[in-house]
Amino acid sequence: MYTQAIDLPNQDPDARKGEAQAPDNPDYQAQFDATLERGDFIEPKDWMPEGYRKTLVRQISQHAHSEIVGMLPEGNWITRAPTLKRKAILLAKVQDEGGHGLYLYAAAETLGVSRDALIEALHSGKAKYSSIFNYPTLTWADIGAIGWLVDGAAIMNQIPLTRCSYGPYARAMIRICKEESFHQRQGFDLLLTMMRGTPQQRAMVQDAVNRWWWPVLMMFGPHDGASTHGEQSARWGIKRISNDDLRQKFVDATVPQARVLGVTLPDPQLRWNEARGHWDFGPIDWQEFWNVVNGHGPCARERIAERVKAHEDGAWVREAALAYARKRIAAKGTPSPSTGWGEGEARSAKHEVRISGAA
Amino acid sequence: MDRNEWPLWEVFIRSRSGLDHKHCGSLHAPDARMALQNARDIYTRRMEGVSIWVVRSDQIHASDPEAKPEMFDPAEDKIYRHPTFYKLPPEVDHM
Repeated sequence: MYTQAIDLPNQDPDARKGEAQAPDNPDYQAQFDATLERGDFIEPKDWMPEGYRKTLVRQISQHAHSEIVGMLPEGNWITRAPTLKRKAILLAKVQDEGGHGLYLYAAAETLGVSRDALIEALHSGKAKYSSIFNYPTLTWADIGAIGWLVDGAAIMNQIPLTRCSYGPYARAMIRICKEESFHQRQGFDLLLTMMRGTPQQRAMVQDAVNRWWWPVLMMFGPHDGASTHGEQSARWGIKRISNDDLRQKFVDATVPQARVLGVTLPDPQLRWNEARGHWDFGPIDWQEFWNVVNGHGPCARERIAERVKAHEDGAWVREAALAYARKRIAAKGTPSPSTGWGEGEARSAKHEVRISGAA
Repeated sequence: MDRNEWPLWEVFIRSRSGLDHKHCGSLHAPDARMALQNARDIYTRRMEGVSIWVVRSDQIHASDPEAKPEMFDPAEDKIYRHPTFYKLPPEVDHM
């Protein structure tokens, strides 16, 4: 993603962490504003206001954490997938979620924050992730419901982000959106297959939809009036469409899909509003939303405990790989492309690459 | 960099033969071999490439974004470098 580690002229290595630029220079600010005004992208090494940087680090890392934690509720079902075909599909999907997390961590790292610091913030509970993953996946139909509804809502949220003002984030989102489409379609396909099965299977689908519908609507975040970051993010070109508008778009798109599937959505107030040209829907239980956001979701503790355990169980692998790489360098004496480089070693001119225009 | 954090690599992928390698992202890996392996898993899950380059991020030297004007603007007043600068008679304009 064109990272902070790249060498720039006239910068000492310690100042490369992202705070190298003068914080409140009016000329820089004017240039930054003009760039946004033109609809151009901000790139990692460009000057940016500290608030913009912080907002992006918070949003991109939360997004990355959500992808990684999102692997857990579905990973649960890999060994219990009903057929080899469904198992292969689910494996591919969970692997995608891991990949999405990595694209996003890399995008966040371009803002001068280390991967370790990001992971630590997730594990300590300092950083949040999407509250949707704190709900349990009780039956196989939940896997379909997550694909259709959760990933469907995620796509709604993410498509506008492909045009967000920060280049690395926008580029990561383009990749992610392409792959999410497979996630949503396989979910619908899974549910459709179950709906053509036994009455029990149909009941499972309806039950899963009943449980996921409201939490999915909450994924779009608080009402526009109650959202703390909305307005500033809109000015910065980070958020292009408001929470309520996205939620409405999602409901409008999903109601006809539910009809094709043959399920009802658990909202007695759901009805077509001819005058508005949109579906009206009932009030959201914001008490539940804030409860889950603040870490009291049904699976909150289990998710983080599982994450931390996976990270700690893998520590010896990370350490061994690094020790091996360093040993190979020490044995050879000189850096070579097959072994990587040791810290603080002299650069070898033949490996220098100029990438202006390559990113 | 934390001493125990794997170093960062930039990944370049040739999407099919005949095209250039293009920057597509970055990743952490302890050495080049694992960087290539990880790049394959992260960036080519859907046949996005036929060849991968990885290079340590700290081995890349980039132009200074603040020097953009003096680096790149001078080309703007040299429009005679473009073929469209030359107005030729219509009979030969498609040369």
